[in-house]
Amino acid sequence: MLLKELSELNGVSSGETAVRHFIRNRIQGRVDRIQTDRLGNLIARCDQGKKGPLVMLSAHMDEVGLMVVGIDASGLLKIKTIGGIDERVLISKRVFVGPQRIPGVIGAKPIHLQEREERERPVKTTGLFVDIGATDRNDAEKDVKIGDLIAFDVQAGPFGDGLFKGKALDDRAGCAVLMNLMENEYDLPLAYAFTVQEEVGLRGATVAAYGLNPDLALVVETTSAGDVPPLKKHQASTRLGAGPAISFMDRSVIVKPALIERLVAVAEEAGIPYQFRESASGGTEAGVINQTRSGIPVAVISIPCRYIHSPVGILNLDDFAQTIKLIDAFLRNIAQRGLPV
Amino acid sequence: MKDLLRRLTSIPAPSGREEQIRAFIQAELKDYCDELTVDTMGNLIAFKRGGKTKLQFAAHMDEIGVIVTAIDEQGFLRFSNVGGIRPHRLYAQRVRFQNGTMGVIGAEKIDDLKQLTLEKLYIDIGATSAEEAKTKVAVGDIASFDHGYLDLGQRVVAKALDDRVGCAVLIEALKRVTKPQNDLYCTFTVQEEVGLRGAKTAAFGLDPDLGIALDVTATGDTPEAPKLAMKLGQGAAIKVKDVSLITHPQVKELLTTLAEQNGIPHQFEVLPFGGTDAGAIHLTKAGIPAGVISVPCRYLHSPSEMVDLNDVEAAVRLVVATMEHPITL
Repeated sequence: MLLKELSELNGVSSGETAVRHFIRNRIQGRVDRIQTDRLGNLIARCDQGKKGPLVMLSAHMDEVGLMVVGIDASGLLKIKTIGGIDERVLISKRVFVGPQRIPGVIGAKPIHLQEREERERPVKTTGLFVDIGATDRNDAEKDVKIGDLIAFDVQAGPFGDGLFKGKALDDRAGCAVLMNLMENEYDLPLAYAFTVQEEVGLRGATVAAYGLNPDLALVVETTSAGDVPPLKKHQASTRLGAGPAISFMDRSVIVKPALIERLVAVAEEAGIPYQFRESASGGTEAGVINQTRSGIPVAVISIPCRYIHSPVGILNLDDFAQTIKLIDAFLRNIAQRGLPV
Repeated sequence: MKDLLRRLTSIPAPSGREEQIRAFIQAELKDYCDELTVDTMGNLIAFKRGGKTKLQFAAHMDEIGVIVTAIDEQGFLRFSNVGGIRPHRLYAQRVRFQNGTMGVIGAEKIDDLKQLTLEKLYIDIGATSAEEAKTKVAVGDIASFDHGYLDLGQRVVAKALDDRVGCAVLIEALKRVTKPQNDLYCTFTVQEEVGLRGAKTAAFGLDPDLGIALDVTATGDTPEAPKLAMKLGQGAAIKVKDVSLITHPQVKELLTTLAEQNGIPHQFEVLPFGGTDAGAIHLTKAGIPAGVISVPCRYLHSPSEMVDLNDVEAAVRLVVATMEHPITL
């Protein structure tokens, strides 16, 4: 299962190599040309003999995680977070350290040795370390070095009624959507961008968009589903199972009303369920793409995902399938009718 | 000028929804420039030929507002901010949507003002159910504040003087300029309030030799005000620094000299918070010298902003002087 394979690869921001190789191998032969740019973005184009506006589809390969910033005398690894991680979720998670995937466990002072106040406060990353079973610093340095990236060790898979759980669904689910779309033929030039370093500041997309200079960009993301207690209904932002979420605004971009109208019209015409992302918070690559060169129109379609930026997220496989359908229908519509003005 | 300010401030144009104000300015300027274009982001660019140097002026058309994020079962609208808004400034304010729908902002029960966050506020459009509300407003609709224009004689009060006063200055300067000595790209920008977004892409497209933003600035002339040198009625403010920009020394020098030579009342501005379109312009491509001519304004980002017409007139004269001065950098 593509989603499972992608989810279980490690690709903490700046260390996306494994994800890039995997995608590159899978899509070889399916596109006209593939290129890795200087920052590490994987750009796959389907544009041979195609006329019309260039549409860029982007999904980021990187995930949130940790970095080794020190090794102490006892061989324990000091860590810093990469990307926006809720520090409270870190304690006692299993992890893989570095490209060799050295197994480790995130440790902290055990409950017996904690003062009463310590138990009431979440532990900061500074109070956490990764234990790779090393006897001392020298022993640890045989397997890891400072700067190594650390990803969660989580097995992904379907469960429940059509749900899927795993790490890094943000944004491997988006990568999977793009890979699925590549199986189809569209009558307009397309550039699929699998980007790097989104979680640390939308960095890959910034240069990818500059290089491609598309006429329209579509960012495929996951977004938080707040359909869990204690959030009230109007605070949920998105809900699992209600279809792909269309963004109208977040902290990085205001989507052109004409683009939203087109997406909605396409969804309704094709009978594809959709929801609006009922929030104006957060940000995606759409922000930097929109601000590239003389300005690039951009839309965002997201798959709702619970417990995002934690070691395990949950999405609905029907939302995933409907997202592919919606973008497929949208691309066909653009090929036929041109860009919305 | 008063009439222009009244008309400009009466048009709702929250960030991302600048169509109406753009149409108004387009109509206002069609006989006063060589070319009028609208770019991808929606910036309006009025071009007037005049000389070798490419001079970009930027005044933003957008204003702060609110965006509907959810409609609850009872028909109350939950919202988020568009641009910098303090929750305590919102309670009991009236808002107007693009389609004319009006509403008032209410608050959930709170015991302490410190608990007042945007999440505790809602817009009441008089609907009694979600179904009724949805006939008037949709998730994603953006509203601006609705507050009348107030003529206090030498001073006027209105919502969105940030930055309709900059638009008015630029419109008036384009009408008055007789012998432009530079190629003028008068840019009426979008989405300034959410991050200088229109100016950034406009400057990339134009690649000017010099950029000058026209915007408002805060004052220190009210009771127990923050310690700021700017005062209402003391003339156009030549910016020295804010968070987004340290004015290029040659630009500051140019504006100061022009003000002195033409006897234009002026003051200098150091603003420890906020930024303007000039911040985005000066970091474009390999760098563009930029500065700002500001109009001092009290009660910024409130529905009742106040400017002094002497300052507005001084700003117009300084802009015209800059347009008519052959600039070499």
